[in-house]
Amino acid sequence: MDVKGKVHKVGNNIDTDLIIAARYLNTQDPDELASHLMQDYDPEFKEKINTGDIIVAGENFGCGSSREHAPIAIKGRGVSCVIAETFARIFYRNSINIGLPILECPEASREIEDGDQVEIDLSHGIIRDITQGKTWQAAAFPDSIKHIIDCGGLLNSIRKDME
Amino acid sequence: MGMTMTQKILAAHAGLPEVKAGELLSADLDMVLANDITGPVSIKEFDKAGFDSVFDKSRISLVMDHFTPNKDIKSAEQCQKCRTFARRFDIDNYYDVGAVGIEHALLPEKGIVAPGEAIIGADSHTCTYGALGAFSTGVGSTDVTAAMVTGKAWFKVPSALKFNLTGSFREHVSGKDLILHIIGMIGVDGALYKSMEFAGPGVASLTIDDRLTVCNMAIEAGAKNGIFPVDQVTLDYEKGRVDRAFKIYEADEDAEYDAVYDIDLGEIQPTVSFPHLPSNTRTFDDIPDIPIDQVVIGSCTNGRISDMEKAHAIMKGHHVAPGVRAIIMPATQAIYLESMRRGYLEDFIESGCIISPPTCGPCLGGHMGILAAGERCVSTTNRNFVGRMGHVESEVYLASPETAAASAIAGKIASPYSVTDGADD
Repeated sequence: MDVKGKVHKVGNNIDTDLIIAARYLNTQDPDELASHLMQDYDPEFKEKINTGDIIVAGENFGCGSSREHAPIAIKGRGVSCVIAETFARIFYRNSINIGLPILECPEASREIEDGDQVEIDLSHGIIRDITQGKTWQAAAFPDSIKHIIDCGGLLNSIRKDME
Repeated sequence: MGMTMTQKILAAHAGLPEVKAGELLSADLDMVLANDITGPVSIKEFDKAGFDSVFDKSRISLVMDHFTPNKDIKSAEQCQKCRTFARRFDIDNYYDVGAVGIEHALLPEKGIVAPGEAIIGADSHTCTYGALGAFSTGVGSTDVTAAMVTGKAWFKVPSALKFNLTGSFREHVSGKDLILHIIGMIGVDGALYKSMEFAGPGVASLTIDDRLTVCNMAIEAGAKNGIFPVDQVTLDYEKGRVDRAFKIYEADEDAEYDAVYDIDLGEIQPTVSFPHLPSNTRTFDDIPDIPIDQVVIGSCTNGRISDMEKAHAIMKGHHVAPGVRAIIMPATQAIYLESMRRGYLEDFIESGCIISPPTCGPCLGGHMGILAAGERCVSTTNRNFVGRMGHVESEVYLASPETAAASAIAGKIASPYSVTDGADD
């Protein structure tokens, strides 16, 4: 599957309180959560995102709280993929589990610039920066995680395995 | 090659003779936890996927502790959703207002988690139970949905960092200072995806409450889990709490660690994490006069009876400084009651503090102690991220109960020694 969009770069250690502040955790609605995406990081952030856009982050993206509301808000806003140097582990598994595409690729994360147009072949982990004319290969997912991704999330994979 | 303590527990729960770091496995779970923030998402996904049964009603805990007593209509509806689910499946460990405590203080206290068990919770501080020698880690809501149905979760077997502890704390130093020191040393991603395994002769000198505080903040170094060996201190704690058989695991002599850190507990100083990362630690030789507006003593990190005892010992006979709001939050009903019986609550009130019911409220900027722009709080909680306790321009300084109590009295960030010695160090 291919996705393509404009890049919004963020820094290191972006915690889940910044992605979705706890004061909005009294709902599970993706649209409502998306309306507060990254509010305490940059109040204008959510306005800058167009459906299909890509977030490129530094180290330890999604650290802190286990709130699944964070990847739900990102997905709810229509972000097509998050690329980071590294992900915090709960955010990593939450994203896989709910079907938010994520890729770990330190080189791409460092070299891609804010505003670049980037195209991603998700099934092969190939990241192409159209603006810079560069291409990177993200780390491959292990088979069992790939199975969850291919099923469209953890619960779908469990239902499939139960059949 | 041998296995770490975490690897041994995971291997046993996956039915494997041995496992290696990096391997992916599916493990059987002894307990699955969610709260009033994460539970509703789990239940929504449960319903959406059309599941109609849970794997074991005695191995699920639903704890209504975050936005309770309900802070608004939406929060009330979230609890209602959990309550309805708990009734539908007759969940044994459902805790609501009146019985509820902060989940990571409550589950160990009630004996719901025990040594050698494998536990997941849709709350990042689920790593707390490693203090009892369990494998315990935070996951998301969908993981909990899957676990409520299957009784299993997928894990990548972690490699480990070993913390070899020697000596014992000097007076007015506790588990909070140790874990803040460690996070300051290795950073907020210093243990990313790894176990933090505590070992060495110094372990024996740490109380269970110290160990719970240390493991609670393992996630603040990015760790998958923190874990202590099971010793007499653990067994004494479990007596009268856990009547089921539990297994004690030990790391192999030849277990491999990514790094080993030697820490002399006697060298640890009262430590404060400055805004806006838990790793931004300082000791009092490097802390200027910083006036404060609020102090919070409580939470899953430091709301246990020994925390109340320590804060009380500093606070007794003193009054909270003018302009400071001091909020004391015993973490469970049992701790509240014991604090009352011991006379702590009366003394705290005499000192000008307010006593809160058990809730996570202020720690995550929910309710019961939100900060305005420019306000500063010394808090015994676990995170000082931007906007964590309220306005994005407010500041949270993480510290021990003794440092927090001393700060409430001084009206500025203050060392416990400034009260006990009258010194300003």
